[in-house]
Formats: sequence, structure tokens, C-alpha cells
Amino acid sequence: MGTTPTPDPGQAGPVVSPDASPAIADFQEVQQRPRFRELRRRHRSFVFPMAAAFLLWYFLYVLLADYAHEFMSTKVVGNINIGLILGLLQFVSTFAITMWYVSYANRRLDPVAAELRADLEAGAVPTETGGSK
Amino acid sequence: MNLLNVPAALPATATTAPTQAGEPWINMTIFGLFVAITLVIVLRASRNNKTAADYYAAGRSFTGSQNGTAIAGDYLSAASFLGIVGAIAINGYDGFLYSIGFLVAWLVALLLVAELLRNTGKFTMADVLSFRLKQRPVRIAAATTTLAVCFFYLLAQMAGAGGLVSLLLGINDKLGQSLVITVVGALMILYVLIGGMKGTTWVQIIKACLLIAGAFVMTIWVLAMYGFNLSALLGDAAATAGTTDVLNPGLQYGVSGTSKFDFISLALALVLGTAALPHVLMRFYTVPTAKEARKSVVWAIWLIGAFYLFTLVLGYGAGALIGPDAIQAAPGGVNSAAPLLAFHLGGPLLLGLISAVAFATILAVVAGLTITAAASFAHDIYANVVRRGKVDPDGEVKVARRTVVVIGVLSILGGIGAQGQNVAFLVALAFAVAASANLPTILYSLFWKRFSTRGAVWSMYGGLAAAIVLIVFSPVVSGSETSMVPGADFAFFPLKNPGIISIPLAFFLGWLGTVLDRTGEDPAKQAEMEVRSLTGVGAEKAVDH
Repeated sequence: MGTTPTPDPGQAGPVVSPDASPAIADFQEVQQRPRFRELRRRHRSFVFPMAAAFLLWYFLYVLLADYAHEFMSTKVVGNINIGLILGLLQFVSTFAITMWYVSYANRRLDPVAAELRADLEAGAVPTETGGSK
Repeated sequence: MNLLNVPAALPATATTAPTQAGEPWINMTIFGLFVAITLVIVLRASRNNKTAADYYAAGRSFTGSQNGTAIAGDYLSAASFLGIVGAIAINGYDGFLYSIGFLVAWLVALLLVAELLRNTGKFTMADVLSFRLKQRPVRIAAATTTLAVCFFYLLAQMAGAGGLVSLLLGINDKLGQSLVITVVGALMILYVLIGGMKGTTWVQIIKACLLIAGAFVMTIWVLAMYGFNLSALLGDAAATAGTTDVLNPGLQYGVSGTSKFDFISLALALVLGTAALPHVLMRFYTVPTAKEARKSVVWAIWLIGAFYLFTLVLGYGAGALIGPDAIQAAPGGVNSAAPLLAFHLGGPLLLGLISAVAFATILAVVAGLTITAAASFAHDIYANVVRRGKVDPDGEVKVARRTVVVIGVLSILGGIGAQGQNVAFLVALAFAVAASANLPTILYSLFWKRFSTRGAVWSMYGGLAAAIVLIVFSPVVSGSETSMVPGADFAFFPLKNPGIISIPLAFFLGWLGTVLDRTGEDPAKQAEMEVRSLTGVGAEKAVDH
């Protein structure tokens, strides 16, 4: 963390004046760079389908628990029924997606983001303009 | 929704107290110890509270694992602990459904929100939402929804404190409970005033460790009694309840077509509400980088997931060892399941420990909410709207500190007023308001290039108003025996949770406002936000001391 010796923005004041303008043209140019478009594609092509998938799976479970009582009450082992197993599988899938995303981000997103960040910070873009106008 | 019903109807049943929650002095001693230790830590942590970044974001110096633990501490409120254990003990499987919603919701935060928000914002949710839109209208709207969500959440926690304490310390009269709420509120003000975000974070970390460790010990204990055989535990729970229905879905929500529909609405609000809770979002600013923000969520998911697995065992354990009827007859009703189970397992000492942990839980959550609300007021409303950015950081932090006192006093008064009220109403409102008022705008502004100021403002105010109006005219407020206003009946909305209407409506309004907005937004700002959100260029750095 904090490898770049930039002035500390936290000390700079809560609101940054609108002098971020020199950077603005650059950001539009960066947005068009193939490397950045690649990063955005990689990010979205992972998180959007994954978000759709876990929401579908969650609502499938909710609807089953809500409307398919007999099915969910079917006993599998001892007193453990399908409902409990599917519920526990929600935990499993949540943990699995978490680990999957972390591994994907470490391999496919972080290197590109770091590369772009290094390029930009070495270039013309001021690093401590702050987000707010 | 009586899951989250922490203090409801406590005083009414307290006279029948079969187990007067062990020894009040043990509970008080343990809780006093917690307060003393955390106060020392808060004092130590406060030495570096100089700038706004220190005060609001703890100098962005926490690691991902520390912040993840603090998030778990922030998220696992007394409603989670007492409420879910009680709900599973009494309603069986239907209580378990809540745990799942509360956990799965974190994937929204992990995949779509946490890192991008950390990269673009500074202190508050409004920083992100107003990044590329018109500052004033969007900031005011975002601060309004932030304050609304925090306030309802705060009321619930404060009222919960009163109810819990009557159980633990044997204080049953209204005056005593009001006094306790005042003490809790004053302590919280002290923590936040002195410690800022750093102090608050440490309180949450300590509390999360205690809560999760306590639940873990009890879980192992219960499982050991059944030879680590989950099926045997379930069988005993069904035997004690006298019906196997506790193992099957539908006991609580399967009653009618409306209640089934209500459950879908609740499920929607839970899964979409978490990633839009302002006090959760603000925690992402306490770490130095987006990567640490990601790590925080991963830690939080593991801790929260593990905790909810414990509550499954504890809930059925309480159902098996104490029984639903005995729990409902106890002071505190459904919420007494976890304390009663602790008493059953380890006598007064374990009960004292678990109760002190539950109490600490409320204190930590309240502190997190207070600092979020204060930051939003001082940073968004005062510094950026009233003073138009012309204020020095010291002045802003001064305002934030004063706001802490005002919010603290308001929540003490509100908590006293809300005693015995249906807290489920307040917590559900907070989740539904967050999901309706905040989430559409967060997602649109991060991912939809064309999104405009009008869309943001319509979505936030529309979502906020729809959620609140639908709750006011729901059976929660009037028209049934358990309503807030029992005598009246002006309910026309049949569901207790407004999410299924208000959340899609807010998404729709955000889209509609944008399409109808011909002025358009600055493409350069959009480019800056997109580039920064994904690469972390120019993101706020950690403060070095």
C-alpha cells in the first residue's frame, strides 16, 4: 500500500476544489485505451453473469422454501431434509463464489489495474485530485 | 418479521419470569469490564484523530482482515444473534431463511460495490453518487437517505438495548429502562466523540471476536451433547416441539398466500439491502486500497457465514433443550432463546458472558451508525452543500463531533419513545429503505454510462418515499393486534415488507428520470469515475502518522 509518495489527500481538506480539470481529457483518452477496455470487459464479464447466477439461485431457493413445502420436507438422511441441504448449499455457493472471485481478481484484474495505474501515475494525471468536484 | 423483535413486549411478560436471567451482578460486572477495556482502547486509538480522514475513515489504516472483522461486528447486530436464534427455536426452518438472505447479500457488496466504491469515494456514500452528477441535488438526496436509514436502524438498536437490559439486569419498570437507554446512549456518544472511526472500529472488532467466539463455544457444546450428530439434534428439537413441522419450511410464512408473498418481499429487501446500508459502505473507506476492501468483504463473508451456521445449531439447540413454549413464556419471549440456552448450558456465568456480549453488540452497532450519520451530515450537508466546500477540515470535524452529540441525544429520546415498539418494523424499514433508496443509484452510477442527475434524484426520493409510505399503510403500523397503532386501521397495503414494490419502483424511476433528462452529464467526469473505479488511480491513500 501507499507505494507512491504522493502528498496526503487526507490532510488536504475534505473538499477538493475543481482544479481537477487538467486530468479530464486524459481520463476520456484512457477510457478508450484497449488495455482499459480489456480491464472493464474482464471485470464485467465476470461480475455480471455471476451476480445474475447467484441471485437466480437464491430466488429459486426462496421460491422452493415458500411454495414447495412437500419437496423441501423430503427427508434424505435421518432428520436432514432437502430444505436444509439446499439452505446449506446456499452457504457453500456463497463461499465458493467468494473464493472464485478473489482468485479471478488476483489473476485477471489486479495485474491490469496495477499496470494502468502505474502508467497513469507516471504520466500527466495528478493523483491527489480527490473524487468530489 | 418477529425475528428482529428484540425488545417487543418485554415489560408485559417480565413479571412471569421463570428464569430471572441469572445473577444481575455477574452480568453487570462482565459488561462493566467490557466497557472499561474498550474505553481504554478507544482512548489509545484517539491519539491520532486530527484530520477528517482520521476521524471519518480511521486514517484508512486498517488492514482488510481487521476491517472485515469490524464489518462482521457492525453487521451482526443483536437482531442477528438473539433474533435468529429465537426465530429458529420457535419457527424452526423459517428462521433459517433469514440467515441465508443476510449472508448471500454480501455477494452483491463483494462483486458489484465494495472495490469500486473504495476507489471513487472519500468518506461517505454521497461522495460516490455525486461523483459525476450534479453535486448539490445528489448529495442532499444521498445524505437524506443515509440519515433516514441510520435513524431507523438506531432507533431499533436503542429500543433493543432497553428490552435486553430488563432481561439481564432485572430492570422491568419503564423508568429503569429509560435510564439504561440513556446510559447506553451516553457511552456511545463518548466512544464516537473521542474515538472517531478508529475507536468505533476497535469496539466493533472486539465485539465481533467475543460474539463469534461465544457462539462457537455454545455451538460445540450443543453439538457435543448430541454426539456431533446434527440429525439427532434436529430429532430432539422436533420431539420437544411436539411436531416435525419445525424442520420443514412454512411454519411462519406458509400460513397464507399473503404471508408467502411477504416472504418474497422480505427476501428481496434482505439480499439487496446489505450492499446499500450506509454504515456498511462507510467501512470500506477505512482500508488503504481497493484490494484491502475486497479482503475485508471476504473476511466478513467467512465470519458472518460461520456465525449464521452457529445460529442454526443454537436455534435448534434452544428448541430442543428448552422448548418453544418455555422460551415464549420467558421475559423477552422469542429473543430470550440464546440467553436461556447459555443459562442451560453454563449456568449464570455463561449467561452473564453471553448477555454482556449481546449488550456490547448493541453498543458497537449504535456507535457505527452514529459516526456514519454524523459524517454524512458534516461532510455532505454542512461542508459541501451549506458551505459549498469552503470549510477547513478542522471545522468539518468539529461539526461532525457536534452532530454526534445531537444524533446521540435524538436516538436516546427516540429509543425511550420506541420502548416496547415493534422493532422489526424499524429494522425492516432500514433494510427496505436502503435497498430502495440507495442501491439503484449506486449500481446505475457505477455501471450505467448515461445515468443522470434526474434519474438519481427520482430514484432516491422515490424509493425512500415509496418504502416509508407503504410501511405506514401496512399491517405493521395499523390494522392488526401486533401493530404499532393497535386501535386504528388505515392499512391498505397487505405486506409487512415493502421491498417487492419499492425496490423495482426505484430502479424504474432511476431509468425513467435518466431517459427523460435531456441535459446530459459531463462525459469527462463519467470517464474519470470509470477509470478510477477500476484502476484505483487517484484513490484516497492511507494517512501516515
